[in-house]
Amino acid sequence: MNAPESPRLSRREAIQWVFAASASVALMHQQTFAEDAVVVTAKPYGTDPLLNHDYKPGELWPLTLSAEQRRTVTALCDLIIPADDRSPAASAVGVPDFIDEWISAPYPIQQTDRVVVLDGLKWLEAECQKRFSKGFADLSLEQQTQVADDIAWLPKVKPEHKAGAQFFSVFRNLTSSGFYTTPAGLKDIGFVGNVALTKFPDAPKEVLEKLGLV
Amino acid sequence: MPFVTSSKTKPQYDVIIVGSGAGGGMSAYVLALSGVKVLMLEAGRNYDPVKEPAMFQTPAQAPLRAAATPDKHFGFHDATVDGGWTNPGEPYMTRRSDKPADTYHEAKDWVAFGSKQEWIWWRPRMLGGRTNHWGRIALRMGPYDFKPKSRDGLGLDWPLNYEDLAPYYDKVESLIGVWGTNEGLENTPDSPNNSLLPAPRPRVPEMLIKKQAAKLGIPVIPSHMAITSRKINGQRVAKLLHPDDPAAQKLSADATNARQACFWATPCGRGCSIKANYQSTTVHLPPALASGNLDIVTDAMVREVSVDENGKATGVYYVDKTTKQDVHVQGRIVILAASGCESARILLNSKSARFPYGLANSSGNVGRYLMDTVGAGLTGQIPALENLPAFNDEGAGGSMHSYVPWWLYKDQLAGKLGFARGYHIEIGTGRQMPGAASMSLIDDLSQGAYGKRYKEEARRYYGSTIHLAGRGEMIPNDNSYCEVDPDKKDAWGIPVLRFKFKWSEHEIKQAAHMHATFKELIETMGGKVLGTPQSNGNKAIYPGGGIIHEVGTTCMGADPKATVLNSHCQAWDVKNLFVTDGGPFVSNADKNPTLSIMALAWRTCDYVMAEMKKGNI
Repeated sequence: MNAPESPRLSRREAIQWVFAASASVALMHQQTFAEDAVVVTAKPYGTDPLLNHDYKPGELWPLTLSAEQRRTVTALCDLIIPADDRSPAASAVGVPDFIDEWISAPYPIQQTDRVVVLDGLKWLEAECQKRFSKGFADLSLEQQTQVADDIAWLPKVKPEHKAGAQFFSVFRNLTSSGFYTTPAGLKDIGFVGNVALTKFPDAPKEVLEKLGLV
Repeated sequence: MPFVTSSKTKPQYDVIIVGSGAGGGMSAYVLALSGVKVLMLEAGRNYDPVKEPAMFQTPAQAPLRAAATPDKHFGFHDATVDGGWTNPGEPYMTRRSDKPADTYHEAKDWVAFGSKQEWIWWRPRMLGGRTNHWGRIALRMGPYDFKPKSRDGLGLDWPLNYEDLAPYYDKVESLIGVWGTNEGLENTPDSPNNSLLPAPRPRVPEMLIKKQAAKLGIPVIPSHMAITSRKINGQRVAKLLHPDDPAAQKLSADATNARQACFWATPCGRGCSIKANYQSTTVHLPPALASGNLDIVTDAMVREVSVDENGKATGVYYVDKTTKQDVHVQGRIVILAASGCESARILLNSKSARFPYGLANSSGNVGRYLMDTVGAGLTGQIPALENLPAFNDEGAGGSMHSYVPWWLYKDQLAGKLGFARGYHIEIGTGRQMPGAASMSLIDDLSQGAYGKRYKEEARRYYGSTIHLAGRGEMIPNDNSYCEVDPDKKDAWGIPVLRFKFKWSEHEIKQAAHMHATFKELIETMGGKVLGTPQSNGNKAIYPGGGIIHEVGTTCMGADPKATVLNSHCQAWDVKNLFVTDGGPFVSNADKNPTLSIMALAWRTCDYVMAEMKKGNI
């Protein structure tokens, strides 16, 4: 079905937009990075976890990122999703915590992403030191943009930036997953729902007119 | 009467039902309300359908933003307990397309699409079975669907007609609550006896699809969903269903009146605390339990049907998973409703001197004619749907409000299609709550945006995709079956199933036709296909079992030598043994099987009651 396939979709095939591909994140990159293949040994949550509970990153398995790595992650998250007049930056709504939770999870997809993210962070720091003699978090927006532009779009990168671009793609999807599932992200995007209604509301006239459905 | 432990069961029951899903639940409802003593055995744990569902939880409240994992295959908040494509302690074996043809391998995959397994078997282990997660799509089979061989010479005919089952479709629709409309379309039956609830308005993208599809002659009509679009009048329905039985009327009405109308939010697959959608645990089991005639033992893994020296069933053996003890319970009648393959497994494992090939298997066809539904899908991005203002288009349960019934009967009859049998199209649209990786499309659509542009692109594209999923008929064939593996046993010591499965050319060509249609439809809407439309159906089709419509392993028919069950789903070989899951199906029409499973189960149980009263069983 959809290019990125998720188990959820494989049954309902609901809506690419809604559920698409948790698996896709891992499937998008070929295993370019080999280092740091640390095997996470924490316990999975099992086939019958408590569903009605507000889980926090770190609650189910220990987190991974050092303070230094977290600084880089925070800066990169906010380069990808910065604050604007409609919503806050990714780091303001806990996205770095989510990324840490993700790469620390004892499941195959997450462990694959773990290698990509940890090695990618290492690559990013090395690249920034090489170019500017500073870590990514300490660069100006202009300098960060210069690095990011080289790795932002996998199909068009130079061969030497391919690994960086694969990292960026995974990282961007994680940042986006983290952000657009928060109340701020849902509001930003225009999701209205998840509230009990006595009647399914009529479609707004403005929408119907725009689509030529009146 | 109640949930009991193994030590508290009665010495003898009138009927033992194995399984608590659509077939088992329906059977328990009919029989317990008719006054007979019933024991239901469920292999999974007990489940509270009111307290347990995480209806309004957002992905951000779950681990990993609720992404699917090997522990929760349909995502964290899906209602499924201890189930999925793999179950702890319960292996199965299957052939694989990437391994030598004659070898079987333990099933490991937890994602269906792209699996190299010939069969991928989804099992829940919880009270209510698959009715907890199912899509609530409730379509009647049509008159053609019962006589497919007579129409095109392929497969098998059912030993009954649409008219035989129609009264039971009326009853089931009235009881469980199904919304829909009567459109008068070919082989897409109306519900003439006022058994449907009103359909909600289509979602906005569905309206757009309907308008554009009309140009291609493709009909888009309201879906039929087992969801209460308004509150059901329990008394009115109970009088219709149980006309001469005030006690049953009261039980049924009380249970129905405890159900609320849908509140147009939250995915049905998480469960429904307000009981607005049909699931066995909120519709069938409460009145059956309230009757005082139903006992339920959960964590009871049935392994064998016991028989006496005359070849009559006397009860079942099960492994009590809580004590690991082997337990025998006695019943005058045994009804298997454990799912097509699981019921076949129980029969095949019920070997004795008298039945050396398993019970009810003198035809040799237990496990044969295994079918699933043909599945293939494509996603499209529709520019017209970009940048719409925010509005609530969530609707019921994440489920479709509109669908496309099979529409090419005349072209097919004229020999223009190159394959037999049809499919319907299920429509998934847009403005639902995002989950993990929902925005991964922006990478491609924006060609690598980040920063403020990423946020703008997200606003632009959110809600602008549609997903079209084909669900088509499979014709039974000799190459698709399950049998007991000679070596492998599960954690309870019960021999497991192994699967062989092959699509025929009809299904493969149908899947390619689906992709071609979806591409045409998306492009007619001015949209762009995301992913690759496949002209080779092998690359479009889901693996067997991927749509979770396993039917046909204990097929019914008119000939005792060629079929397992007669037209009342009664075993030819063992007259007090019945099957009320998908096993009796003789074909697998594109109409999702659950409604037909329930209608058949009700009809079977009416027959059971009549035969009991006559003293025949």
